[in-house]
Amino acid sequence: MASTAITADTAAVFHLEEEHAHAEGGSTMLGFWLYLMSDCLIFAMLFAAFGVLGGNYAAGPAPKDLFDLGLVAVNTTMLLLSSITYGFAMLTMDKGRVAATQGWLAVTMLFGLAFLSIELSEFAHMIHEGATPQRSAFLSSFFTLVGTHGLHVTFGIVWMVTLMVQVARHGLIEANRRRLMCLSMFWHFLDVVWIGVFTFVYLMGTLR
Amino acid sequence: MSAHDHAGHDHAHGGAAHGSLKGYLIGFFLSVILTAIPFWMVMTGAIDNKQATAIIIMAFAVVQIVVHMIFFLHMNPASEGGWSMLALIFTVILVVIVLSGSLWVMYHLNANMMPGLHEMQQMP
Repeated sequence: MASTAITADTAAVFHLEEEHAHAEGGSTMLGFWLYLMSDCLIFAMLFAAFGVLGGNYAAGPAPKDLFDLGLVAVNTTMLLLSSITYGFAMLTMDKGRVAATQGWLAVTMLFGLAFLSIELSEFAHMIHEGATPQRSAFLSSFFTLVGTHGLHVTFGIVWMVTLMVQVARHGLIEANRRRLMCLSMFWHFLDVVWIGVFTFVYLMGTLR
Repeated sequence: MSAHDHAGHDHAHGGAAHGSLKGYLIGFFLSVILTAIPFWMVMTGAIDNKQATAIIIMAFAVVQIVVHMIFFLHMNPASEGGWSMLALIFTVILVVIVLSGSLWVMYHLNANMMPGLHEMQQMP
């Protein structure tokens, strides 16, 4: 009886020592990084599907007939510019300049919107030409992969607007800084995925 | 254990590394070059050999991903006590297995299981 009491005591002390160290949000960045890695696996599956099915045109249009590389280059530039402007937003956030941070976030959002509108007009053009997702396995996997990336960008923009409202209301408090850092990782991660998309889908598709 | 705890404390207060203006500009400059060259190669057909072009643009993509990881995502072996890097390495291994495995297996399935029109015509 006495021995169990001692065991219970030591266990309680052990837990206290482990628990006291964590500040609020101390593990958020690592947790968000793990989420991004799992998101990376989703994209890996979609890339694999596109790699396997990307050559099956079913006598329909091939990448050469559909892709306008000039437009894709403009699109890539938009996303790259939005990455660097988000970087500037983080740098001004470090200095605590609220107005400048909001300004850079707005610029980033505009580049993101430009990316989305170019992508949507490209999709609309393809569908208008009869290159719908139902046309061939190549087009199904193309729309799934590029569409999933576009959906991520859309949610990134929604998140950005939300955070701009938060910063306008509460300023650059610790919680808002943490959220902005998470969105920073998300946004740069989308740019990394886009590198894979333009290389693997657009450039190598045109080469095929 | 105490050293690890200390690293955790630093992050809780100081946040992750944010990089500097110089770092962002270097990263941006490198990515512009690493993006422009593959587009130029494919759009102008600078190299006549398609396979060689494909290998080169893939190499450029890998380098650009590493550049983004270092200059934009601020990855380094020490961040979060090494756990971010460990998660990244694990993910990269899984991605490589998924991609190379799918492409390899399905390529052979296609090659062995689906006779083309040309071969069909020659069948008795």
